Amino acid sequence: MSGSMNRSVINHWSPENQRRAAAILASYPEDRSAVMPLLYLASREHRYVTEDAMKEVAALVGIAAAQVRSVASFYTMYKREPVGDYLISVCTSISCHLLGGDQVLAAAFSAAGVGNGETTEDGKISVERAECIGACGGAPAVQVNYELIEGITPDKIAALVAWLNDTQPNVVLTDEMQQLFGGQRSFDWGPTESVGASSAVPAFGPYGSASEGQ
Amino acid sequence: MTTRILTTRMEEHPSDSNSMARYLDTGGYATLRHALASLSPEQVASEVKASNLRGRGGAGFPMGVKWGFLADSDPKYLVINADESEPGTFKDRQLLERDPHQLVEGIVLSSFALGIHRAFIYIRGEYPKAARRVQQAIEEAFEAGYLGADICGSGFSLDVSIHLGGGAYICGEETALLNSLEGRRGEPRLKPPFPAVAGLYSRPTIVNNVESLSNVPWIVANGGTAYSSIGPERSAGTRMFSLSGHVKKPGNYEIVMGMSWRDLIYGIGGGIRDGNELKTWIPGGASAPWLVPEHLDTPLTIDDVTALGTMLGSGAVVVMDQTTDVVAAAHSIVRFFAHESCGQCTPCREGTRWLQDILERILDGSGRPSDIDLLLDVSDNISPGLTWPPAMTTICPLGPSATAPIVSITKYFLDEVKAKIDGFEVAVG
Ligand SMILES: Cc1cc2nc3c(=O)[nH]c(=O)nc-3n(C[C@H](O)[C@H](O)[C@H](O)COP(=O)(O)O)c2cc1C
Ligand code: FES
Repeated sequence: MSGSMNRSVINHWSPENQRRAAAILASYPEDRSAVMPLLYLASREHRYVTEDAMKEVAALVGIAAAQVRSVASFYTMYKREPVGDYLISVCTSISCHLLGGDQVLAAAFSAAGVGNGETTEDGKISVERAECIGACGGAPAVQVNYELIEGITPDKIAALVAWLNDTQPNVVLTDEMQQLFGGQRSFDWGPTESVGASSAVPAFGPYGSASEGQ
Repeated sequence: MTTRILTTRMEEHPSDSNSMARYLDTGGYATLRHALASLSPEQVASEVKASNLRGRGGAGFPMGVKWGFLADSDPKYLVINADESEPGTFKDRQLLERDPHQLVEGIVLSSFALGIHRAFIYIRGEYPKAARRVQQAIEEAFEAGYLGADICGSGFSLDVSIHLGGGAYICGEETALLNSLEGRRGEPRLKPPFPAVAGLYSRPTIVNNVESLSNVPWIVANGGTAYSSIGPERSAGTRMFSLSGHVKKPGNYEIVMGMSWRDLIYGIGGGIRDGNELKTWIPGGASAPWLVPEHLDTPLTIDDVTALGTMLGSGAVVVMDQTTDVVAAAHSIVRFFAHESCGQCTPCREGTRWLQDILERILDGSGRPSDIDLLLDVSDNISPGLTWPPAMTTICPLGPSATAPIVSITKYFLDEVKAKIDGFEVAVG
């Protein structure tokens, strides 16, 4: 059950990520449940969900690579193509649509000079159309590496793209971006945080939180 | 007087309502300590049953009744549905980020009542901050002995962990969620068997929404009948409404059901932005058929809204003013469902895409006069009769949900739709 026989397939991962992989596997009653968190971890290790990443995850949990591929291809957050350092996801679902989300998306495309799901040539910025990100009271809303900004405008998103290019933060912080580029929020966010995302993998738990300045 | 159950702490202590220190300081975990020391699991369950709380995830099924179906065979699981992805809905995010300990206490009390020793919180992947705050609360609760082995010396043990989603609305559907948690594609399962009999790893499983479970500490502390006596009989308790769109004051509001739509939109929501007129609103998330101003005085209760041929669903109210292009609005919603269809059932996979394409060509100015009948015909093939609640040709209600905006715009705004299509002679006022 533990998948211990197959740990050798990730010998080339960083020791930290090898340890995280073991912890993820140990935390579920059945190994297969670890597929999704391991895919996040593998996409940090490989920058995105490569064929090798899927094979490694398959070996870790003891299923076929095709089964992992079928899982990875189902969910939008597993990127099977290289993605930029900063993934900008713009919501155009109903509440954002009503308050200008489509214009924000168009402004993001033109500021970055890319189309939907594309990445700038220097590999810095990707822009995608997203469906509702649960920030409808602060519409229109966007995320950078899944860190939220509410109440954005076409002008502000162009400024956000310029800021990301100029400052190239190692970690994007939701509170900082909200303050610089945001407006109306869905609700009071409470205390500010110093933890954010260092890549287009959600900044949470074993797959990759990053503290400011790291 | 405002009655608050869920949002008291975050309203009164905005700077640290998520912390363990503040939670304890405001009476948190006292109910759990009391229950573990002096109540039996059956007593806790019977308070929840007496509360008449109807599930806040969308289906409105009575929580205590669902708990009664849980098969008595170990191991069994509690799965908390924090996948909140229905367009217009953002209430669970607030409960997760602003009062995670309230949810954790609700989880421990519920698990104790149900004899469950392992719980999973399935949080959508796009909510990393919510996941971080809940993770911190879990760690603090372990540290303080409110989670883990032998909680408060009672002999009762519970392990809880977070499972992060991968970006798929359909995983909010409980059986899709369970498949996802098992490391599979998030495809809904045929029911029966229901999760209470065969859920996670085919074991007995209770799936409840974040808001539903966040009410449990209050219910156990104050008694189920105190809860059921708040608000109308069949819509007991307070409820979180997510208000968005063209209102002056969007946000989450915890209210007692029974007020009118007028009170909600014009009172609480501050009315329509820029002095505009109300055109229409969605009463319960993108899946719900729309309402129009003639319905403003209908009371906000689950049953009154169902009687209008729609639903309170996830409590998401999306308001549209007279400037709204209803075809473009319907297109945004239909595109959502086409994008989120899991693809298992042909009527949903093909039908939602057809609806999207037809609306797109109407918006492009190349719609045909026959397109209105075609929209309704495709909708009728997804959900025969276009009745409410919808008839199903599919495993889950996602496909039928995509017909809600089609039915709404052809019912209330037919002239406006026709005006977008060359070949119709219509006068638009
Ligand atoms: C397409 C679809 C999406 C759903 N999304 C959610 C969701 O995001 N959150 C949720 O709690 N329930 C959602 N539900 C309802 C769940 O299937 C289930 O009824 C609910 O989690 C049960 O919890 P409750 O009884 O406490 O409401 C969804 C249902 C369907 C059909
Ligand atoms: S509709 Fe854009 S965040 Fe919900």
